[in-house]
Amino acid sequence: MKAKHQRLVLALVALAAIIGAGLLAASALKDEAAYFYAPADVKTKGVEPGRAIRLGGMVVKGSLRRAADGVTIRFNVTDGKATVPATFSGIAPDLFKEGSGVVAEGAFDRQGIFVATNLLAKHDERYMPRELEGMQYNEATHEMKVEK
Amino acid sequence: MHRFANPARFLKIARPLTGWLFWPGLALILAGAACGLLLTPADYLQGDTVRILYIHVPAAWLGMGGWAGIAVAALMQLVWRHPLAGVAGRAIAAPGALFTAICLATGSIWGRPTWGTWWEWDGRMTSMLVLLFLYLGYIALANASARDGQAGVSSVTAIFALVGAVNIPIINRSVVWWNSLHQGPSITLRGSSIEGSLLWPLAPTLLGFSLWFGAIVLMRMRAILAQNKVEARMQRLARG
Repeated sequence: MKAKHQRLVLALVALAAIIGAGLLAASALKDEAAYFYAPADVKTKGVEPGRAIRLGGMVVKGSLRRAADGVTIRFNVTDGKATVPATFSGIAPDLFKEGSGVVAEGAFDRQGIFVATNLLAKHDERYMPRELEGMQYNEATHEMKVEK
Repeated sequence: MHRFANPARFLKIARPLTGWLFWPGLALILAGAACGLLLTPADYLQGDTVRILYIHVPAAWLGMGGWAGIAVAALMQLVWRHPLAGVAGRAIAAPGALFTAICLATGSIWGRPTWGTWWEWDGRMTSMLVLLFLYLGYIALANASARDGQAGVSSVTAIFALVGAVNIPIINRSVVWWNSLHQGPSITLRGSSIEGSLLWPLAPTLLGFSLWFGAIVLMRMRAILAQNKVEARMQRLARG
């Protein structure tokens, strides 16, 4: 075997080992590196009241209510598997609305309501002009369809 | 590639190629940016904010592509001992770090009006920041290991480049593996979830920035080789 080939084999083996280690580390981090808890995670893992977490999901359509004081809002957050109620007092980002993604920072109270201290709006990977609003994007076929 | 092992032959091709990459690249960037600012419709959700996409996406592409280039150069240095591989790695590092920083800055500016935050420690943002630190580490290591009469980088620097390459697929998959504030990938092998009328200016800006990146790398490689020549001549003179 020529020295060049020896080095090539060595480099490839080392590279495979490094990538393997990286992937193992990444998969071990799967839960730890999560940026937020989805409502289903909250239900299955159980988050004790008062512990500061981020809760992420979609704002349930028709669930957004504004309290009489004008600054407090109540809404439900869902990930399709579970739904939890949340409340927030303050200024929500412009993109925060029903049917859209949200990441809320805060903690659960004793009644199981998520009291948010900060709201972040999460948008999806679709971009389209206003004329096409209401079109539904099919993730499997990558086609736009009119929402029924 | 070993046809270009001779720096003189490399320079003969690199010199005219620099201009051919630089000027068309600049024209495409300006044309694409103008189209993205003036001709495309606003996004249904984000309005005009979405237009930063035409800078943010090419910057992310070149930040990550730059490190992929450094890793390939490192492999060529370690395995085939290509004399210009180390020079290429050093030349790519600075513009790669710059585009990574531009990606982080434009992402931050984009995040404030859309998400409501300048910065969050989610998987995508954190792994991209790690890439910037990797670039800075590579530059420091390459400079520290530079020896008289050697234009390339040390083996340790090349190994560092290969190890750092692990971060590239992590950045790419960060929004799929972990739930994150950053949205999932818009452009995949199966198609694009960016509607066509908003997507097309991305083609000229992506191509333009890439050509420009190539021109900058060639310029820096030529500068490093010239610097090396000057130093070698000075040493010869000093020995008299």
